[in-house]
Amino acid sequence: MSAVSATAAAVEGPPAYNEDVIKKFTLATVFWGVVGFLVGVYIALQLAYPQLNLGLEWFTFGRLRPVHTSAVIFAFGGNALIATSLYCVQRTCRASLWGGPAFANFVFWGYQAFIVMAAAGYVLGITQGKEYAEPEWYVDLWLTIVWVSYLVIFVGTLMRRREPHIYVANWFFLAFIVTIAMLHLVNNAAVPVSLAGTKSYIVWSGVQDAMTQWWYGHNAVGFFLTAGFLGIMYYFIPKQAERPIYSYRLSIVHFWTLIFLYIWAGPHHLHYTALPEWAQTLGMVFSIMLWMPSWGGMINGIMTLSGAWDKLRTDPVLRFMVASVAFYGMATFEGPMMSIRAVNSLSHYTDWTIGHVHSGALGWVAFISFGAVYYLVPRLWQQPRLYSVRLVNWHFWISTLGIILYITAMWISGIMQGLMWRAYDSLGFLQYSFIETVAAMHPYYVIRALGGVLFFAGSLIMVYNLWRTIRGDLRTEAAVQTPVRVAAAPAE
Amino acid sequence: MDWQYILEIARSLWVVWLIILFLGIVFWAYRPKNKNRFEEHGRIPFKDDAEK
Amino acid sequence: MKFGHHIFERNVIILAVAILITVSIGGLVQLVPLYTMEQTIEQVEGMRPYSPLELAGRNIYVREGCYACHSQQIRPFRDEIERYGHYSLAAESLYDHPFQWGSKRTGPDLARVGGKYSNDWHVAHFVDPRGIVPETIMPAYPFFATKALRFHNIADHLRSLRVVGVPYTDEQIDNAVRDLRAQATGAGDVEGLLARYPKAVVGSFDGDPSRITELDAVIAYLQMLGTLVDFTVYEPERDFR
Repeated sequence: MSAVSATAAAVEGPPAYNEDVIKKFTLATVFWGVVGFLVGVYIALQLAYPQLNLGLEWFTFGRLRPVHTSAVIFAFGGNALIATSLYCVQRTCRASLWGGPAFANFVFWGYQAFIVMAAAGYVLGITQGKEYAEPEWYVDLWLTIVWVSYLVIFVGTLMRRREPHIYVANWFFLAFIVTIAMLHLVNNAAVPVSLAGTKSYIVWSGVQDAMTQWWYGHNAVGFFLTAGFLGIMYYFIPKQAERPIYSYRLSIVHFWTLIFLYIWAGPHHLHYTALPEWAQTLGMVFSIMLWMPSWGGMINGIMTLSGAWDKLRTDPVLRFMVASVAFYGMATFEGPMMSIRAVNSLSHYTDWTIGHVHSGALGWVAFISFGAVYYLVPRLWQQPRLYSVRLVNWHFWISTLGIILYITAMWISGIMQGLMWRAYDSLGFLQYSFIETVAAMHPYYVIRALGGVLFFAGSLIMVYNLWRTIRGDLRTEAAVQTPVRVAAAPAE
Repeated sequence: MDWQYILEIARSLWVVWLIILFLGIVFWAYRPKNKNRFEEHGRIPFKDDAEK
Repeated sequence: MKFGHHIFERNVIILAVAILITVSIGGLVQLVPLYTMEQTIEQVEGMRPYSPLELAGRNIYVREGCYACHSQQIRPFRDEIERYGHYSLAAESLYDHPFQWGSKRTGPDLARVGGKYSNDWHVAHFVDPRGIVPETIMPAYPFFATKALRFHNIADHLRSLRVVGVPYTDEQIDNAVRDLRAQATGAGDVEGLLARYPKAVVGSFDGDPSRITELDAVIAYLQMLGTLVDFTVYEPERDFR
């Protein structure tokens, strides 16, 4: 504060934060979250009951699966990231958004248009056929324009900051925005068949395309679903816990090691394929090393509560955030383990991968987003508090139960299927035909769908709670006191 | 061919590069001289509250 | 004070550039050599670009998101080789824009499904999967059989693929529509088709030569998968048992 230019302060006065666009992004986060979870439940049920594909082209698993993944990653996660990053960058810079409200609104509507164009395309069969990069060339171009605008707003706001230092959460957000732009441009390079048509052909082919795709795909996880959400962790956990991050110095080491190591990890998606072995080995080694900065970040997030562990019992919003970091720790332990070639030979192509992704996506990404949304809504709509903290508590436990059902079902089905594929009978023949391994999955697919239903139900509780909060209602209720201590770590 | 040759050398030393880089960052972050500055930075999220 | 402020302003850019450099290193080391090293893709006999009908079928495969449940990449393990055939070579997806190796086997690997089932089996299986395999969870695709294949601009597709590096000849592009018709019906210049696309499977795939449907294209694609490279000279058992 002492470093703030005296003239600047005198001219600008207290900053007028642009919170209108944050409100929109927050509502969009909740809306697309519900949509994405619902589609997820539907396609999970399709795997248990294939008649639900209805024999109609627009409802097949193959077309709806990218609707689910894009809706939860890019629509729910993306809106959550833009909402929180634009909120955080204004507050930590004590400056309003660069470019004014109109530019920010363009990014909002532009981003929603991207989502709608992409999803409508999938349902109609317009897809590039690259996982997590399914949108066709015209949607990719549109997203590039919107994304660069977002980058300009973010950087522009950082440049007009009244705080000499750039807070570390903004480093993570910046790395997320810059890296996603790079990945998007390279991975989606394509030649359209005709400018009037939707179809294009990717520039890369075969083994090079595979490497480019998983360089993109794994770093969509690393930078979209990790670096960006770590930005949320570094801002919203300190704010909700009302104490600074455990170690700011650790956060610096965390940042540089994480972004350096993550980018190498892609080839672990291609173990034992036609990708040259040196690339597979590099991918494995870096994936294992990645375990260290990941846990450094987890420790930093969780230990922020050191000395205030009791808040976990009374504040379910904070519990969402801290549980998300714990899930992050679990997923980032499991990930390096699965990147080991021997483990991967069993886990790859099975539901184990799906379970792993969801422990990260539901436990980490969704939980920290819920925490941030619960933090933001009362403040943005200027209410004294949420409508009901007890409903947050219900949301937390129902979702947690859903996640546990989901990931345990996928562990069992994944490992079981992997073992069945490689099982030999006493005469030296393959013991199971492929279809027998499919039939064996049925009960686990039912349990997984049930877990999804619970998670979806939790999100509906959130919608109700937020709606009442925005209306200005306050539920009179007793304070939350859960009987069970959530934190395994001892209180200081 | 030149590119291949440079790559060979760079790749054979990558562990060294990594460790030097990593130690540099750790040294910078954990230098006692920087301690107070970083602790101050950690409090940035709370400054907007103080102004209200 | 003013000077200091300037440096901080520049810091954002410096930070962004530092981030970009940091995240570029890994990608450069892993991606660039794949394009420059000659040993990335082995030399094999028999690989050729997709015939127009196979390409149309492949585009339907991509459109329907088949890769979400079917891999096309056999790993060099004993059980996979016995179940699916010889492990996949990099050269076999040389002309795949995009690659369709997949990441999940909710259904079986399809890298070498070509020739394993009859056309009639595929027709019945697409229309009603559970009528053929009661336990399967694959969606039914009855609309493949009724939808006429759109191929008036198939030559443009070949041309686009040539831009991204697939070695289609002028002759192949000029004959694209004719070749597609010949392969899907068995009528016309079949000899020319086979000269341009050796080993192409010819015939009325959906059992109705009077019209060319999406089902014709999809089955033509499936029936050629993994059949181009001659593996009789390989002995995978000796290497991997």
